[in-house]
Amino acid sequence: MNSTPARNTKVMNRFDLTSRLVAKLKNEEAVVGGIGNTNFDLWAAGHRPQNFYMLGSMGLAFPIALGVALAQPERRIFALEGDGSLLMQLGALSTIATLAPKNLTMVVMDNGVYQITGAQPTPGAVVADIVAIAIASGLGNSAWAADEDDFERLIDQSMSAAGPTLIGVRIDDKPGVGTTRRDPVQIRERFMHGLGVREPL
Amino acid sequence: MAVAEEKTSPEISQEKSWHGIVLQALKRNDVSLVPYVPDRILTTLIKNLHADPFFTTFPTAREEEAVGIVAGAWMGGRRGAVLMQTSGFATLANVLASLAMPYQIPLIMFVTERGTLGEFNYGQSLVCRTMRPVLDSLAMEHHTCTRLDEFEFICDRSIKQSITTQAPVALILSPLLTGGKTFDK
Repeated sequence: MNSTPARNTKVMNRFDLTSRLVAKLKNEEAVVGGIGNTNFDLWAAGHRPQNFYMLGSMGLAFPIALGVALAQPERRIFALEGDGSLLMQLGALSTIATLAPKNLTMVVMDNGVYQITGAQPTPGAVVADIVAIAIASGLGNSAWAADEDDFERLIDQSMSAAGPTLIGVRIDDKPGVGTTRRDPVQIRERFMHGLGVREPL
Repeated sequence: MAVAEEKTSPEISQEKSWHGIVLQALKRNDVSLVPYVPDRILTTLIKNLHADPFFTTFPTAREEEAVGIVAGAWMGGRRGAVLMQTSGFATLANVLASLAMPYQIPLIMFVTERGTLGEFNYGQSLVCRTMRPVLDSLAMEHHTCTRLDEFEFICDRSIKQSITTQAPVALILSPLLTGGKTFDK
C-alpha cells in the first residue's frame, strides 16, 4: 500500500452524509442521485420532489445535473456520484469546468469498490485520486472532506461559490439503507413538479 | 417582417442549406441547448450555432454525456438537441434504453451518417449497420433525411412530435442530403 496517496480523511458513511446534506436544503435545491446505492441513500434520507433518482445510465449523474443547472441558473443543484461511476465519465469534469456553472455542487462518494456488484475494487481504488483528477480537469474548487464537519462546511461554502464545487468523501463499504421505488416516469414527473416546470395533472 | 426585407435577409439564404434548416428549426421550436461531439459534416452548423447568441452550444467528451445534459435540461424546463456522427450514436444503446426511453425524455438527435454511399473506412461502414437495428429494437422514431425539399418539414415536425409525445427522435442526415465525406487523399 506504499503507492496509496496520503489522504488525511476520515472514512465516513454515505447515508449519514446524504442525510446531513438533505437536512441543509431549505430552498428547494435539486439533488441528482447517481446509479445504485447513491440514489438509494438519497431516497432513504427522505423523498423530496426536487430529488432525481437515476436507475441506469451509469456515470451520468453529473451531466444530468449540469443540464438542470444550465436550465435553472437560479437554483442550486447538488449531484451525488460514486467513484466507480465517475471513472466511466471523467470527460464530463472538463465539460463542467469549461461551462463553469456557479450553481452546481458535486459530491463523489469514494469507497474504492463497486459495492453493489459484490464490492470488487475499482481500477482506480489504490492509485487514483478523484479530487486531483477533478482539479486537473479544471475544477479548481475541489477538495476532500476531512470529516463530517468539514463536509458540512464545504457544502455550505459551495452554496456561495463563484464556480462549480466538487467534494470528495471517503466512505465505508456499506450498502444503501433503502431502495428507491423504480418508477422512472413518476420519478421524472415528480422532479419536474419539484422544479416548478410543470403542475400536477 | 416585410416581404421585401425577408428576401434580402441573410437568414433566408441560410435556410436553403440543410444546416440552415436545422438551425432555424431548432430556434423556431425554442431548442436552445445544443451539446455535440463533432463531425466534419457538422462544421458549418456548429460554427453558426456558436455564432448565434440564442444557442448555448459546446462540445462534450462523449455522446452519452451530451444525452445526460439535455435530459437534465429538459427536466429543468429547457429544450435541447444533440449533434453527433454515426459512430457516436453507436455508443448510446445503454443511455437510450436506461434513461431516454424509460423516463420518457424527448431526446432530439441529429446524426450525420458515415458508413454508406461512398464510405472508405470499412470499420465505419460496419458501425453504420448497427444504428438502425438499435433504433428499431427500442421502437424509437427515426428518419433518414435525403432530400432538401423535405428536410424542413421533417425537422420541424419531428422536433414537435418528440416534445409533445415525450419520446426520443433521431434524424439521420444521409450523404444524399449533406454531400457526406469523400475519400480525397
